[in-house]
Amino acid sequence: MEAVPARPRGLAVDVGRAPAEGRIRRGGPVREGLRGYRLIVGMWIRSTMTYRTSFVLTTVGHAAITLLDFVAIYIMFSHVDALGGFTLPEIALLYGSCSASLGLADMLLGNTDRIGARIRDGSLDTMLVRPVPVLAQVAADRFALRRLGRIGQGLGVMGWALWTLDVDWTAGKVLLVPGMVLAGAAIFAAVMVTGAAFQFVTGDAAEVQNSFTYGGCTMLQYPPTVFAKDLLRGVTFVVPLAFVNWLPALHVLGRPDPLGLPGWVAYLSPLVAFVVFLPASLAWRAGVRSYRSTGS
Amino acid sequence: MRRRVRLYLAVAAGGFRRYATYGTATAAGVFTNTVFGFIVAYTYIALWDERPGLGGYDQAQALTFVWVSQSLLAAGALIGGGFQEELQERIRTGDIAVDLYRPADLQMWWLAADLGRAGFQLLGRGVVPLVAGALAFPLALPVDPLRWLLFLVSVLLALVVSFALRYMVGLVAFWLMDGAGVNIMATVTSIFFSGMLLPLTVFPGGFGEFVRALPWSAMLQVPLDVLLGRHAGAGGAAEALGFQAGWALVLLGAGRLLQSAATRKVVVQGG
Repeated sequence: MEAVPARPRGLAVDVGRAPAEGRIRRGGPVREGLRGYRLIVGMWIRSTMTYRTSFVLTTVGHAAITLLDFVAIYIMFSHVDALGGFTLPEIALLYGSCSASLGLADMLLGNTDRIGARIRDGSLDTMLVRPVPVLAQVAADRFALRRLGRIGQGLGVMGWALWTLDVDWTAGKVLLVPGMVLAGAAIFAAVMVTGAAFQFVTGDAAEVQNSFTYGGCTMLQYPPTVFAKDLLRGVTFVVPLAFVNWLPALHVLGRPDPLGLPGWVAYLSPLVAFVVFLPASLAWRAGVRSYRSTGS
Repeated sequence: MRRRVRLYLAVAAGGFRRYATYGTATAAGVFTNTVFGFIVAYTYIALWDERPGLGGYDQAQALTFVWVSQSLLAAGALIGGGFQEELQERIRTGDIAVDLYRPADLQMWWLAADLGRAGFQLLGRGVVPLVAGALAFPLALPVDPLRWLLFLVSVLLALVVSFALRYMVGLVAFWLMDGAGVNIMATVTSIFFSGMLLPLTVFPGGFGEFVRALPWSAMLQVPLDVLLGRHAGAGGAAEALGFQAGWALVLLGAGRLLQSAATRKVVVQGG
């Protein structure tokens, strides 16, 4: 058993650490969080499997949502040969990678937007006294395995795109493809954490983050040439969604960036993902600290 | 009869007030609808630049389609939302027994509540995105007040069709207990077949004709076409509104059949 760490880590977590149980191995807060996350996720998966029909339908449904998105693009291309100068397989690459990234982030911590409801009905209090970091609990809350459907769909479309496209492969580009899906997921995850933190202030504005996640993905599935330059600057330098797939994918496709950024920027996605977690985690901490229970 | 009408009006007013309570949520929704409106508008500009006149719309009409659909999306519960999840929860927990015991018709009760909700969301979430869109893009909004009146009637019918479908989705919980799967399937079909993803007039050939005959078409595509003047003249308007009214009646009737099948199997759990 370890003493309570000297560094104050927020009242919530420390309260829960009090009961000393020999079996519980105490690692760092990150490891502790991951362990708690794993346990809660396992519980939700077992619970999901109770209603198997519903699970199968929801998984297929999630795959179908993205498939129908793509069918709409496909129908557009039955009327045109190119959109914003991009062909169908090129757009499929953008669409598939972004969809897989969002699906991954959505599965791993997509239910953070439920925190608004938990603040309103006071059930966040229960989470604060449990011996697991609140973020891990909030992220694992109602973990939805059905979101595998979207990930599979996105990867499928991306696979088709890469199969069809005539890419001038280099080692860097080969690494860039899985890198962009993972870094993209991390960027979306940071947006989700920020959105959750924002709800400590606003209570029930869960939908705002949909603008950046689902809205972002709707935008990123089309080529950047379609959009106004100011919008492109915004999603490159302010909310860096362009790093989810536009910049890496443009490099893979051998196309110049409409903002004229140099080619090596395409490789910055993992770094950007890392950097955006900084404000996200600060916002999250500030949110948890400012939390006042509704008292019910 | 008068008491019935008063009852359902009160239920509808309750639905309206209930959603009017959540000011921040409404503001957040308006923000999201506006952001989506901008994104989709840019893609439509690219598409209609490439193929002017696609689907029988010029670019201004296509942009009007985008912004008006963003305005109707919350009211029509086209991407989820609405009452069906609450109904399913009541079925799952057994609270539905209380609803069935009330001296009011279950379907009409929920219809009134849902129309109240839709009424609020039409105003609260519909007006601002449309104004934002009209300021940022050249839209083809009509000036003829009669056209707007027809549009409002068409929207009302669209809301009833949307309700009737979602009522059946809600009742499925009597058999499946957990409605999450059916809800997602229902949302997917409504997003695609209502024309929200892409106007149904752009869908090619026989498939296009098929999707335009489905009930989801009555939920978005038809009201928008009424607004854009594609059903001009008394005959055209009657045909469009008749199509919607027909689906509304058929689906409400189907909902009643499903309801009577479901309530025959209700076993109330004690406790």
